[in-house]
Amino acid sequence: MKQSFGLRLWRWSIISVVALYLLVPLYAMYDFSTKPYGFGDQGRTFRAWQMIPTQQDLFPAITRSLITAAIVMAIILFLVVPTAIWVHLKLPVLRRPFELLCLLPLAIPAIVIVVGIAPLYRWISINLYESPITLAGVYSMLILPYTYRSLSAALDAVDIHTLAEAATTLGSGIARIIFKIVMPTIKTGIINGSFIAIALVLGEYTISNILNFKTFQVVIAQIGRSDGNVAVAVSLASLLFVILLLLIIPTKKRQGSVLDVDTI
Amino acid sequence: MTQLEYREPGPAISRTGSFYWRGKLAYLGVLPFLAFSGLFLLYPTWNVISGAFEDNYGVRSTAMLREIFYSPIARTAFGNSLELSFKTALVGAVFGALFAWTLATGKPGGNFYKISVALSSALAQFGGVMLVFAFLATFGFNGLILTLATKYLPNSFLADAGWLYSMNGLAVLYTFFQIPLMVLVFLPTLENLKPQWREASDALGGKAYEYWLRVGIPILIPSFTGAALLLFVNSFSAYATANILINLGDYLTPLQIAIALTSETGGSNPAEAKTLSFYMVVVVVISMSAYALLRKKVSKWEQKR
Repeated sequence: MKQSFGLRLWRWSIISVVALYLLVPLYAMYDFSTKPYGFGDQGRTFRAWQMIPTQQDLFPAITRSLITAAIVMAIILFLVVPTAIWVHLKLPVLRRPFELLCLLPLAIPAIVIVVGIAPLYRWISINLYESPITLAGVYSMLILPYTYRSLSAALDAVDIHTLAEAATTLGSGIARIIFKIVMPTIKTGIINGSFIAIALVLGEYTISNILNFKTFQVVIAQIGRSDGNVAVAVSLASLLFVILLLLIIPTKKRQGSVLDVDTI
Repeated sequence: MTQLEYREPGPAISRTGSFYWRGKLAYLGVLPFLAFSGLFLLYPTWNVISGAFEDNYGVRSTAMLREIFYSPIARTAFGNSLELSFKTALVGAVFGALFAWTLATGKPGGNFYKISVALSSALAQFGGVMLVFAFLATFGFNGLILTLATKYLPNSFLADAGWLYSMNGLAVLYTFFQIPLMVLVFLPTLENLKPQWREASDALGGKAYEYWLRVGIPILIPSFTGAALLLFVNSFSAYATANILINLGDYLTPLQIAIALTSETGGSNPAEAKTLSFYMVVVVVISMSAYALLRKKVSKWEQKR
């Protein structure tokens, strides 16, 4: 398509303004993380990058965040997905209430959930055992709207009633229908939901900071108080990792449709 | 298997048999999820909402609601939060929409499109720790722009990192994740604009600006406003960025909530935290309801799936 000169001028000025605003801080992160210690700008050094593996708190924190992400994914796979399928198959009456429940976290900021959960969290850490499970529980509720969106889109796309009837006629039970028959057919929806879960858990700061739980982000903030260069290097590394991950996953208007609440 | 059962359409009295109970038993299937979400979602929500109508000793009263409503500190913080969210939502929405337009009119599925969408997905989640470090590395002490500015523009505000910690600095930081979010939310709408409308306008002799003024913009306004509301809520609930940048400030409502909740000097005041949270939830619920109403309007012409 041939575009007029004015149109092209518009396009390129918009692109350059936005790109400048978004890319300059990213370049500055690279610049800052390779600056020599102290003042002056003589040459480049990869000191900050080399110091990443020597950070004591960092790797336990990454492990802790990844374990939390794994628990969140387990909750999605064995609780949220089966319930969504169950409601679709057996309790069509509950579809609307279930949807409203799943979209409720959109109306409740993370900081408010912390205020509400703090007494319970304190009780569990004092009387039971302080584990990532409580945190994972809160996280899995926070991402519920996103999980629900990708799940319901996938469930609407296949005729799971026919699948379930066929399976029943052939003699399979409900567990087999949910886990062996319906779940594989909505694999893409589940994978999309899981990626959002990982991104959220690795990037979450509010809740873990207030509940005093040293996750990845909390530890980066802590490193930033002692050595800014290293903290910037870690941030840039994790950001590049996320972008790489997103370029690998086939994106198909995932985010856009996920954020729609048009069916309320 | 509700789908397969043959149900006798007889009178209600005959439905007390095993079929009836098997239908009811299906409700047991949602119990685990209900218990779980009750513990981690409904209980906290209820705790905040009911807590706003109680004082610190659990006695029912609206004293705290009134106290916060008339407290100058809380009012200033609330005003600041609203102003910041409004500004960044507006700026983010305008620039994000323009950028989304360049993507929608460009080559679909090209490399520029793909990289922009991936970058937007990453940067929209970028708030918090990493965002603050990125901007400290740019405008902060010893940062890229600051070093350049001290060399070439020593008298401009860029030569001093102080502005970054003000409300304007926060607004610049927030806009950084608002623009990519707007791109993600608004791009599908732009891609659903029917090319036939433009063709019709052209065929009837309309100029480009006339098409945008009379057709494009009026049709996009509801979904633009909806997306802007989403951005508003996004920045209104943001806590991490402000907390890391300004460690102990209390001039935004989320910061005030955190201080009221965790104050280490013994001044912890859960009732205050709950009341402030309640006011926040009220604002968010109003915005999200408006958003849902706008979406309904939009989906009339925007055929999804």
